[in-house]
Amino acid sequence: MSTALTTVPLLLAADSASTPENNPVLNISIFLAFVAVTLVIVFRASRNNKSAADYYAAGRSFTGSQNGFAISGDYLSAASFLGIVGAIAVTGYDGFLYSVGFLVAWLVALLLVAELMRNTAKFTMADVLAFRLKQRPVRMAAALTTLAVCFFYLLAQMAGAGGLVSLLLGVDSRVGQSLVIAVVGVIMIIYVLVGGMKGTTWVQIIKAFLLIGGVFIMTVWVLWLNDFNFSSLLDDAVANSISDPKGALLAPGLKYGALPIDFVSLALALVLGTAGLPHVLMRFYTVPTAKEARRSVVWAIWLIGVFYIFTLVLGFGAAAMVGPENIVNAPGGVNSAAPLLANALGGPVLLGIISAVAFATILAVVAGLTITAAASFAHDIYSNVIRKGKTDSQAEVKVARRTVLVIGAVSIIGGIGVQGQNIAFLVALAFAVAASANLPTILYSLYWSRFTTRGAVWSMYGGLISCILLIAFSPVVSGSEDAMLGANIDFAIFPLSNPGIVSIPLGFLLGWIGSLTDKGVESKKLAAEMEVRSLTGHGAEKEVEH
Amino acid sequence: MSYDGSAQNSAPHEDGPPESQEPHDQQQSQEAREAREAQEAHDQHDPHVQTMDYIAAQESEEFVALKRSHRSFVFPMAAFFIIWYAVYVLLGAYAHDFMAQPVFGSVNLGIVLGLGQFVTTFLITSIYVMYANRKLDPKAQALRTEFEAQEASS
Repeated sequence: MSTALTTVPLLLAADSASTPENNPVLNISIFLAFVAVTLVIVFRASRNNKSAADYYAAGRSFTGSQNGFAISGDYLSAASFLGIVGAIAVTGYDGFLYSVGFLVAWLVALLLVAELMRNTAKFTMADVLAFRLKQRPVRMAAALTTLAVCFFYLLAQMAGAGGLVSLLLGVDSRVGQSLVIAVVGVIMIIYVLVGGMKGTTWVQIIKAFLLIGGVFIMTVWVLWLNDFNFSSLLDDAVANSISDPKGALLAPGLKYGALPIDFVSLALALVLGTAGLPHVLMRFYTVPTAKEARRSVVWAIWLIGVFYIFTLVLGFGAAAMVGPENIVNAPGGVNSAAPLLANALGGPVLLGIISAVAFATILAVVAGLTITAAASFAHDIYSNVIRKGKTDSQAEVKVARRTVLVIGAVSIIGGIGVQGQNIAFLVALAFAVAASANLPTILYSLYWSRFTTRGAVWSMYGGLISCILLIAFSPVVSGSEDAMLGANIDFAIFPLSNPGIVSIPLGFLLGWIGSLTDKGVESKKLAAEMEVRSLTGHGAEKEVEH
Repeated sequence: MSYDGSAQNSAPHEDGPPESQEPHDQQQSQEAREAREAQEAHDQHDPHVQTMDYIAAQESEEFVALKRSHRSFVFPMAAFFIIWYAVYVLLGAYAHDFMAQPVFGSVNLGIVLGLGQFVTTFLITSIYVMYANRKLDPKAQALRTEFEAQEASS
């Protein structure tokens, strides 16, 4: 079962059993093949990028199943693949507990958000909110929360790219890692600049196929080697466990046991944040009708659900076949569980494929985030706030393309700047902001006719600011061993690493109080129009015909 | 009105409101695109040029029925899955021994309940799709047709 390992990096000579037979040339070749194929597709897809609806929403021409794959491609980041497999391998059940929230969250999108948003808006989350409230204050607030979520998520992905390089390509030097981050950034800029939403969507679709396909093959392989007996796989994982007692691997508590309320806070942000992630919401506009938006969420739920079930097998498989001790000691730590398992199963070729898939994952996710942020800046801030709507869609797309360049540059510089820092908390922060600042206003504006501009503005700024402040004064930034600033600087007065349990109720509360105390009257006509259109689909944006 | 086979080429949008006219003819498409973009720019400036009485539509019996069908399904379902997920999270966070009880082989209650979350998510998804296809879509379609007729006549 375990292949003979020959090449051993100097760094870990003593620990040869865990070190993959790393073949950077093979890994890079497979990755370059992915880039080449996707670039050809992106250039072909760019031929029809003329209007704003083409650039931001791919002409609303994708089918539900295509968009479902693209949503999965957008959503399943490297963190959920490498991070969750590693978390299950090392901390057992708690890694799985974490993954459940990522799936259940999709029911919020399916039941409450997707179709009604598709029916009432054009390109961005702010379109929904600005439908019946005052355009400028609401758009400004919504654009800022969108940009904040995209920025935190982007930075986390770019930093992850640096970490992956050392793990997968054997590039350990700081300069080498910076170079790879810059390359990832430049390829991403080309995708988004040239391909717009159509090109980006195809990248997501291809990536989702590769990722879910790769994980499926590994899962069947692991189960086959264990005679399709999941229970005995668990026994092997327990036998290798480094927990005390060993059996604790299968019970909750290894990772979140010390401060369970912190996990409850995280779970709340995961389950409510997904339906408020701007890059996910924007995907609903790439299909022609609300019914297709529903179909895309259904596809996404099946794909994402099956994916997380596979990661459960892979996580315990990595524990059984590689061993948590080897995983923790490998370069890349827990993130190396999936690549090490791939190596144990299929040797360097499978390792190369899985490594390239992990890279493709980062590339696709950053592309999706970038086009969302650019659309929000150009459509909401430039067109509607600065130019007060007195601009045409050509000028807006030009601004969006320039914004892509700026965001690309910022993410490359940011990604290089945060190298080696522990900023894993940024993903959780992005979900917390989405749940506290975005979801309350989305739900209120879709379902509560007395919701007002003040309620929206209070809720969005309140949710955003409270999340950032609570994180700044939390143990992830200062005052602990794993903190960004280390243990020596300590201004952590908020005890939890996840702000959700405070900031989410605050976001909902501020939206409610703001609306009740608002003396201004919102248009009854617009509220009626919004409700009628959201449920019937009358007057919804149509597919662009070429 | 045409009544021969050639009607299929131009019929779909014949009764639609003017602003939703899509170009069907290749020669017209550039012109139509420009017209639509001008409309788009106009819409951004004043996004809600109402051509029909939405308050009356909102109060109509058919719309009230659609709204009731929608909310009476999605609200209880959302409450159910959020509570069921909250119970699971709280058990996972605080009831470690309870979750560690073996059910079959080494598979414990925690893993069974976790997979149960997957099963209920898939189930709720499928039930909602069936419900929407049967109860929501026909009502929405009927209203949409009616509104389009109203707008065309006004």
